[in-house]
Amino acid sequence: MDINTIRQIERPRAAAEVTHWREGFAWLSGGTWLFSEPQPALDTLIDLRAFDWPDFTLGPDGLKIAATARIGALDALAPPPEWTAGPLLSLCCRALLMSFKIAHEASVGGNICMSLPAGAMISLTVALEGTYTLWPREGAPRTVKAVDFVTGNHANILEPGELLRSIHLPAAALKKRFAFRRSSLYHLGRSAALLIGTSGPDGDLLLTITAATFRPVQLHFAAPPSAEEVRHAIAAAIPHDGYFDDVNGLPAYRRHLTFHFAEEIRAELAGPGAAA
Amino acid sequence: MNFSIDGHAFSAEPHPGQCLRTFLRERGDFGVKKGCDQGDCGACTVWVDGAPIHSCLMPAFRAADRKVTTIQGLASGDALHPVQQAFLDAQAFQCGYCSAGMIMTIAALDETQRADLPRHLKGNLCRCTGYAAIHDAIDGVVNVSDDIAGNACGASLPNPFGPGIVTGHARYTMDLDVAGLTHLKVLRAPHAHARIRSIDKAPALAVPGVLAVFTWEDVPRRLYSTATHEDHLVDPDDTYMLDDVVRFVGQRVAAVVGESEAAAEAGCRALTVEYEVLPAVFDPELAMAPQAPVLHHKGGEAHGNVFAEIRGEVGSIAEGFAEADAIHERTYTTSRVQHVHLETHGSIAWKSDDGRIHVRTSSQAPFIAHEKLCHLFGFIPADLHVFTERVGGGFGGKQEMLTEDLCVLALLKLGRPVKWEYTREEQFIGASTRHQMTTRVKLGAKADGTLTAIEIRVVSNTGAYGGHGSETLAASLSSPMSAYRCANKKGEGFVVYTNMVPGGGFRGYGASQSTFAIECAMDDLAKLLGIDPFTLRRRNMVTADDWIEAIWSGVSDVEFGSYGLDQCMDLVEEALATGPRRPVPAGEHWAEGTGIALAMLESGPPTEHRSGAVMELLPDGRYHLAVGSTEMGNGSVTSHRQLAASVLGARAQDIDIINADTDKAPFDTGTFASTGTVVAGQAVMLTATALRQNILSYVARITATKPDDWALEADAVVGGNARISLVELHAKGTAAGHRFLAKRKAYLSPRTVAFNVQGIRLAVHRITGDIEILQSVHAADIGRLINPMQCRGQINGSIAMGLGWALTEHMDYDDTGHLKNAALRNYRIPSFADVPRTQILFADTYDTIGPLGAKAQGECAINPIAPAISNALFDATGVRFASLPFTPDRIFDQLQPRP
Ligand SMILES: Cc1cc2nc3c(=O)[nH]c(=O)nc-3n(C[C@@H](O)[C@@H](O)[C@H](O)COP(=O)(O)OP(=O)(O)OC[C@H]3O[C@@H](n4cnc5c(N)ncnc54)[C@H](O)[C@@H]3O)c2cc1C
Ligand code: FES
Ligand code: FES
Repeated sequence: MDINTIRQIERPRAAAEVTHWREGFAWLSGGTWLFSEPQPALDTLIDLRAFDWPDFTLGPDGLKIAATARIGALDALAPPPEWTAGPLLSLCCRALLMSFKIAHEASVGGNICMSLPAGAMISLTVALEGTYTLWPREGAPRTVKAVDFVTGNHANILEPGELLRSIHLPAAALKKRFAFRRSSLYHLGRSAALLIGTSGPDGDLLLTITAATFRPVQLHFAAPPSAEEVRHAIAAAIPHDGYFDDVNGLPAYRRHLTFHFAEEIRAELAGPGAAA
Repeated sequence: MNFSIDGHAFSAEPHPGQCLRTFLRERGDFGVKKGCDQGDCGACTVWVDGAPIHSCLMPAFRAADRKVTTIQGLASGDALHPVQQAFLDAQAFQCGYCSAGMIMTIAALDETQRADLPRHLKGNLCRCTGYAAIHDAIDGVVNVSDDIAGNACGASLPNPFGPGIVTGHARYTMDLDVAGLTHLKVLRAPHAHARIRSIDKAPALAVPGVLAVFTWEDVPRRLYSTATHEDHLVDPDDTYMLDDVVRFVGQRVAAVVGESEAAAEAGCRALTVEYEVLPAVFDPELAMAPQAPVLHHKGGEAHGNVFAEIRGEVGSIAEGFAEADAIHERTYTTSRVQHVHLETHGSIAWKSDDGRIHVRTSSQAPFIAHEKLCHLFGFIPADLHVFTERVGGGFGGKQEMLTEDLCVLALLKLGRPVKWEYTREEQFIGASTRHQMTTRVKLGAKADGTLTAIEIRVVSNTGAYGGHGSETLAASLSSPMSAYRCANKKGEGFVVYTNMVPGGGFRGYGASQSTFAIECAMDDLAKLLGIDPFTLRRRNMVTADDWIEAIWSGVSDVEFGSYGLDQCMDLVEEALATGPRRPVPAGEHWAEGTGIALAMLESGPPTEHRSGAVMELLPDGRYHLAVGSTEMGNGSVTSHRQLAASVLGARAQDIDIINADTDKAPFDTGTFASTGTVVAGQAVMLTATALRQNILSYVARITATKPDDWALEADAVVGGNARISLVELHAKGTAAGHRFLAKRKAYLSPRTVAFNVQGIRLAVHRITGDIEILQSVHAADIGRLINPMQCRGQINGSIAMGLGWALTEHMDYDDTGHLKNAALRNYRIPSFADVPRTQILFADTYDTIGPLGAKAQGECAINPIAPAISNALFDATGVRFASLPFTPDRIFDQLQPRP
C-alpha cells in the first residue's frame, strides 16, 4: 500500500554516508513488510539496495549472506554437496507464508530484522550456528550470535539506526546432518512451530525451537540424548507461558508440537546414519 | 524517473512512499487490482522485468528503468496470451476480480513451478471459484460449449464479460477516472461501547488537502438500517449515518474528505475525539441477563438487548420426547466469519450537469440503496441514479449500504465527486459478518430411528446493529427444520445485540448455522442408536409426499416444484464407496473417517422479492435485455441471456445485456437469497416470452396468418417456406409505428426447494490435528441446469467457502472487542492448497416452479459442508467437534491417543 507518511526516499551509496539518523527513519530492504502496513511513525526510507552488496559469498569457511539478499535467491542457491545441511536453506525459504513472488523481493535480513516468531530465516541462521555482523550508526561493527539477536515477538537487539550487514553460516554447521519439522494450521501457511535439529560428527544434538516460542530457543546435547532428557531440557528452558499466542496457533498447541517434533527429531538423528 | 509500462515509455515522479500498484492505476492501468493492498491476495500481480511481483508491496521508484507488464499488456495485439485464452476456455473466473493477478502469476510459471501449484498459487486468493476452474485452465481443459441458436439453455456458455476480464479491461467499481475527484476516509471507534463527548475538527481541517470533516452533528438525524431489503420493516431502524454513541470497535466516528487519500488519512489521524467509555457486552447470553448494559433504546427491540424472538411448535414435543426410545441433546456453535469478496466495498458519487446525483457502487441491491438514499437525504427518486458495473464478489456482504451514504453526504456539501474505497482492514472491522449462532438441539427417536421430536433453541449474536438479524434467525428455524419429517417440532430463537461487529447476510443466511447443528446432531443420534447415518437420514428425511413444515403450523408458499433429495443421497453414497480419492497420508497416527450431511433450502426468501426486465428487438436483428438484478460473480448475466435466448430461439451472444442500474433497468429487489435465477430469471423469461409473442403477432398481422404459424430462429421468423429476417421485420415494423418491446415483472411466490448432500472422507492426524481431505463428493438437486459449468462453479465456490468456515477461518478477538487478525495475512481464506477437487453430481430433476425447470443454486451448497466435516471427524476419532472452526490447535487435545 502507499505509505502516505513517507516524505523522502534516500539512496546513499554507502552506509557510512548515513550520519543523520533520527526517529522517523527506517532502512528499506525488500519493502515487503514496510509496504504491507501503514507506518505512521515513519517519514524517511533509506534504500539498502543502493549499497549493491553482493548476495552470497561461498568459501571454505562457510556461507556469507548479505542482509539484502533475497529469500528467493537463497532458495535458488545450489549449495555444494559436502554441505549436508544445505537443503535447509531451501526448506527454510519455503517455510514462510509469503508467496514465491514476495520471496522474490523480500530479503533475508528483512525477515531477520522483523524478528517475528515465524521468521524462518531466523530459524535457519540460528540452527546453523550463524553470526550476524551489525553496523551501528556510530562506532565499530559488532558480531553477535544469531541465537542472541531476537529478544521477543518483533523485538531484537538492534539499536536505533543499526544495520544488519550480513550473516555468516560456518562450514562446520553446514556439514552437519539435520532434521526439520514444521507445522501450520493450514496448508503452506505461517508456522505454528518450526524445529530443526543438527548433529555433528561427534553425534551431538543441537535442537533449535522457533515459531512456537517468542524467540528462538536452542538446546545442546553433547551426546545423543534420551527422549526423557530432551523433554526435561525443553521443560526447563521454556516456561509454560513461554509459548507464543496468536491466531496462527494457541500456546498449548505450540507447546505440544514442540515436544512432539523434538522427539521426532531426536529419534531421526539418533537413527541409522548417526555419527559413525 | 523513466518508466516503461506495457511498452509505453514515459517519465514521472511517484510519491516517495507510493507503491507500484497505485502508481499504475493512477495512469489508468485499472487492470491492476487491489484485493488487500498488503501482499496477501495477489490480485495486484504484475511483472517487473518478466518476474511476477505483488505491486502493492513494491515501492514505485523501484520499477524505474525496468520493464513493467500488466494484464493489459500481456496479449500481443489482438492475440491473447495462451493463459488468457485458457482462462476463457475454462471460464476460470466468476466475479473475475482475481483473474488479472491469477493470469499474471500462472503465465510466469515455468514447467517446474507448474508441477507444484499449491505452492506457486498460494499467494493468489480467489473467493468465488474454489480454484477448480482455475486448475482446469492450467490443465488446458475447455469447459465452454458452443452457442447454438435455440440450444442456449443447458449449454455451458461463457460469461459475456470474459474477454474484458482476462485482458484487464473489465471495469470494476473503482476502475474509473473522474475529474476533480475527492477522497473520503473515516475514523473508526477504538472502543466497543462509548459516548462521544466531543470531536475537535480543527486539527484535521488544518491538514493541507483536507476539505471537510463530518461528524454526527452534520448528518441527517434519521434512523435506518444498513441492511438492504425491499421490506424495510424486517430490519430495525437502529443506525445513524454517524452517531454520538459507538457500539462496536470499528464503528465509524467521523468522515474526512481530502484532495487525496493521504490527506484524508492524515485528517483522520489529526482528529481529537473525547470518549466516555461505557460498559460493553460481547456474549449474547450475558447480554440477555438483566444487569447487562443495553445497547439500543429505539423502540424496535423486543426487550433489553433482545432485538427479536421467534417461536413455534407443531404437534407436541413433550409427547414426542415421551414416546422416544432415545434422546440426544447437545449444543453446537458456529463462528463469525467475513465474506472476503475480493473487491472491497466502495462507491463513487458525482453530480451531472443536469443536477442529478450518480452513485457508482459495489452493491448487490442498487435499487434498495437508491431507496435508502432517498429516505436519508429526502431526494426525489428521479434525481438519483445508483448503478453497478462489474462487481467483484458479494456473498451477502454487499446486501448492505455501507459507503454510498457518506459519499453522497460529502458530494452534497462539497459539490465535488467523492470516492470511498474500503481497505481490507475495514472489511473486517467495519462491514458485516456471518451471525455467530449457538444452537441447542434435542432429538427424540424410536429404536428404529424414527424421529419423535425435534427441538432447537438458537441464540444469534447480531452484534451492535440488527440488520438481517431476524431474517437470518427465521431462516435458521425454517428450511433446516423442514428437512426432516416429524410430527412434533419446536423451535425458539433470539437475536441479541452485543458490542460486536454487526452480523449481516451471508451465503446460506442463517440456515447454514442451524444445518450445522442439526446435521451433527443427526449423526450423534445415529451413533447413539447404532444406525448408519445414511439409513437414519433416509428414514426421516422429507419426501415429495410430505407437507413441508418447519415449526409453524400455518401454511407457507413453499412447495416441491421438484424433489431430488433421494437421488442426492444415493449419488453421494455410491460415490463415497467407489469414487476417486487420495490415499491416507504416509506415516503413523492418521485416523480416517467419512461423514455426510444434507441440506434443504427454500429457493428464495420469504419476504417480498420482485424483479423486472425489459427486452427489445434491435435494428440489427439482435436483442437488448435490461434486468435489474446484480451480477457479482453469481453468473446471472450469463444465465439470463441463456433464458432469453432459449425463448427467442436465438444465440446467447445475440442478446446484449445491461443490469443493476436504476436508470437503465426496471426495479429489482436485489440479488441475494438465490433470487438471481428464480426471480430475476423468471422476469427475463416472462419478458422474452412477451417479446416473442409481440414479434410473432406482428408477423401474423402483416401476413394475415396466425402467430402459431411462425417460429423464431436465430435471425429470422420462419413460417412454412416463408422466412423474414429480423432486420427486415424490424425496419418494416418500425416504419409502420410498431414497437418491438416488452416489459414484465416477476414476483417470488410460490417458492420451490433445493437440496444438497455432501460426503467427506478425511484423515486426521491424532498428534498434530492436521486434517487432510481425501475425498469430497457433492450432489445437488437444483433442477434443470441452465448452465452446467456455472452450476459447478457455484458449487465449487460454496464448498471452498464451507471448507474455510470449517477449517481455516477464525476472527480472533481480545476481551475488549478488538479483532486481532483484521488482515488476510492472519485471517486465512482457503488457498489453492487447501481446496481438494470435489466430485459434483446432479439429481435429474426439472422444476415446475422455477424458470425452465431451474431452481436456486448460488448458496445452498455451502450448508452441508461444515457438518459433513464434523461428522467425518466424528467417524474417524469418536470425538464430536461441535464448535467451528476445527483448526488443529483447537482440536488436538481431544485427539491424542489414549493409552
Ligand atoms: C504476504 C506476506 C507473508 C509474510 N509471511 C511471513 C512469514 O511467514 N514469516 C515471517 O517471519 N514474516 C512474514 N512476513 C513479514 C516479513 O518478514 C516479510 O515481509 C519479509 O521477510 C521482510 O523482508 P523485506 O526485505 O521485505 O523487509 P522490509 O519490509 O524492507 O523491512 C522490514 C523491517 O526490517 C527493517 N530492516 C530491513 N533490513 C534491515 C537491515 N539490513 N538492517 C536493519 N533493519 C532492516 C526495516 O527497516 C523494516 O523495519 C510476510 C509478509 C507478507 C507481506
Ligand atoms: S492487493 Fe497486492 S497482494 Fe493483495
Ligand atoms: S473469481 Fe476469483 S475472486 Fe471472484
